[in-house]
Amino acid sequence: MRILVLTKPVPDPAAGAERLGPDFRLDRAASPTVVNGNDEYALEAALQLVEAQGGEVAILSMAPANAVETMRKALAMGALRGVLVTDPALEGADLPTTIRVLAAAAAAESFDLLLAGLDTSDGQGGAVAAGVAARLGLPLLSNAASIEPDVATGRVRVRRISAKGYDVIEAPMPAVVSCTQALGAPRYPSLKGIMAARSREIATRSLADLGDGLAPGGGAWATRVVGAEKPPARAAGRVVKAPPADAARELADFLADRRLI
Amino acid sequence: MPPLILAVGEVADGTLTRLSTEVATLARSLAEAAGGSAVGLVVDAAPDAAAAELAMYLPRVVAVASPDTAGEVWAPRAVAEVRRLVDEGVSHVVLGATADGRDAAGALVGLTGWGLLANADGAGWDGEGPVTVSSVLGGKAIVRSTLTAPAGIVTVRPGAVAAEPAAGAGAVESRQPAAEPATPAVPVLDRVSEAGAEASLEEARIVVVGGRGVGSPDGFGIVEDLAGLLGGVVGATRASVDAGWIAYARQIGQTGKVVKPALYLGLGVSGAMQHRVGMQSAGTIVAVNRDPDAPIAEVADLFVVGDLFEVGPALAAELRARRGA
Ligand SMILES: Cc1cc2nc3c(=O)[nH]c(=O)nc-3n(C[C@H](O)[C@H](O)[C@H](O)COP(=O)(O)OP(=O)(O)OC[C@H]3O[C@@H](n4cnc5c(N)ncnc54)[C@H](O)[C@@H]3O)c2cc1C
Ligand SMILES: Nc1ncnc2c1ncn2[C@@H]1O[C@H](COP(=O)(O)O)[C@@H](O)[C@H]1O
Repeated sequence: MRILVLTKPVPDPAAGAERLGPDFRLDRAASPTVVNGNDEYALEAALQLVEAQGGEVAILSMAPANAVETMRKALAMGALRGVLVTDPALEGADLPTTIRVLAAAAAAESFDLLLAGLDTSDGQGGAVAAGVAARLGLPLLSNAASIEPDVATGRVRVRRISAKGYDVIEAPMPAVVSCTQALGAPRYPSLKGIMAARSREIATRSLADLGDGLAPGGGAWATRVVGAEKPPARAAGRVVKAPPADAARELADFLADRRLI
Repeated sequence: MPPLILAVGEVADGTLTRLSTEVATLARSLAEAAGGSAVGLVVDAAPDAAAAELAMYLPRVVAVASPDTAGEVWAPRAVAEVRRLVDEGVSHVVLGATADGRDAAGALVGLTGWGLLANADGAGWDGEGPVTVSSVLGGKAIVRSTLTAPAGIVTVRPGAVAAEPAAGAGAVESRQPAAEPATPAVPVLDRVSEAGAEASLEEARIVVVGGRGVGSPDGFGIVEDLAGLLGGVVGATRASVDAGWIAYARQIGQTGKVVKPALYLGLGVSGAMQHRVGMQSAGTIVAVNRDPDAPIAEVADLFVVGDLFEVGPALAAELRARRGA
């Protein structure tokens, strides 16, 4: 079983230093970078599948050249090799370009499963997995809470989280799966893993390596951020400190005033 | 060419979702501002009732009876119908930011190369195209975004606009489905409902959330009781999901659902930033927490300092008494 995991380096949400630059784009230098949270769930699921069934996990990122540092963290968890697509012409790339480039880079690898995170903490909107699947003409199994590939039948079964619970869905491999937290917590890299990751290969590819016309010339992106504001602060609320029955009455009065009951 | 804006409806249990009525209202108001027109689409095994409802909001609705969607994931069939309408002149596609809506939007971007304005909390028209407002970086900033081409896709979060029917009902046009899905069909072998998950969190007008403070699966009893009394739906924090007390489908926040109910009532929720991004635009926020310094106080309209196992049952009793009165 060969599994390719799309891993995006994102500003560390826990560091709390994310900010937008003067062009309203993410200031990627302002914050330490980590592997996107949902991608770690995808990677963990991939590692467990390969541990159980044999095979190889590789990772694929499109990011600035210094992303190799972050990719090493994913290799330290157990991925065997990485592919980094990096090119000055991709700075600030929009969604259609990201999809085209990742699809082209994935097409150059061989895989049974292509895993991605459901969405990213730096806000692209959870559309990349579906876009890449569509470009590659592969089935998309999204919102996965479990992933069960069956090598004998060549099919993969996924529990797809629904509004009411989950749907059991199935498709032939190769297939694209978008992964959620419900797959289970990612492992911490072991010391051995960290050491091993140092010598693992991260191949870099430029746009020219992947093919023509993947990104519009001059960064003519399909979308543009034209302004940014701080979110409006909510007006200071009322604090109630009273014995339970009194507090409950006050709470119910408050809800009635606002026509919520 | 004046824009032709498509509102894609979604159906749950045979009826149009509330978010779809908001998507339709938004598409119509964009079309009005742009001097263009709006059209709706419903793709479902039995689309008629939902299409009729969508036509309350739009001058024209295309209803596609697609028997395959009964046993398959929706997006591959829905995207095929959207692409037919694009061939007929649709310039902008508006969808709900739901699981299905995002899958469809992503596939459309992959197939058309159009830009996507994702997760709009509101949108207007600036003379050339839509301008959306959306929250990014875990709620730290609100950005305004536009398309640079005269075509594109918008996904809309719940509560971006108040749904408002049009002056008169529009025409419904029934269509045969396209022969092939736009992307490979994915069969659904089984649809499983989990206990306590009958109602959709994103659609709910009232959400009652249990955090780590509820302490156990049994602790959710008081959360469920209050949700029942208020006519609301139960939600959760990651801490209570990770503890295994409640299904992940109930989680609100960065890695869960983003909700915008009229009322959010949180019991034993600290209000971590990753939770707040999923609920901070609720109309009214009420929290019960025994820690007066819990960060949820910063966003709560009413903050009750107290033990949820005392205040919760007292509130339930109060609500029952008022209902009886
Ligand atoms: C990448 C990432 C993504 C995340 N995504 C999400 C997400 O989507 N959603 C989410 O919710 N979290 C998310 N988190 C986790 C988040 O940071 C918090 O850990 C989580 O929200 C805390 O949940 P909580 O408020 O239930 O628990 P706690 O923070 O432990 O708070 C429990 C609260 O209950 C109060 N309490 C305890 N007992 C009582 C009692 N008897 N009566 C009244 N009050 C009581 C305590 O005072 C405390 O304030 C994410 C974290 C990361 C790093
Ligand atoms: N630049 C990127 N490099 C690698 N993977 C990416 C990139 N952007 C998005 N992805 C993958 O697509 C998923 C969804 O991203 P998004 O649609 O941007 O929210 C992420 O969780 C990643 O798995």
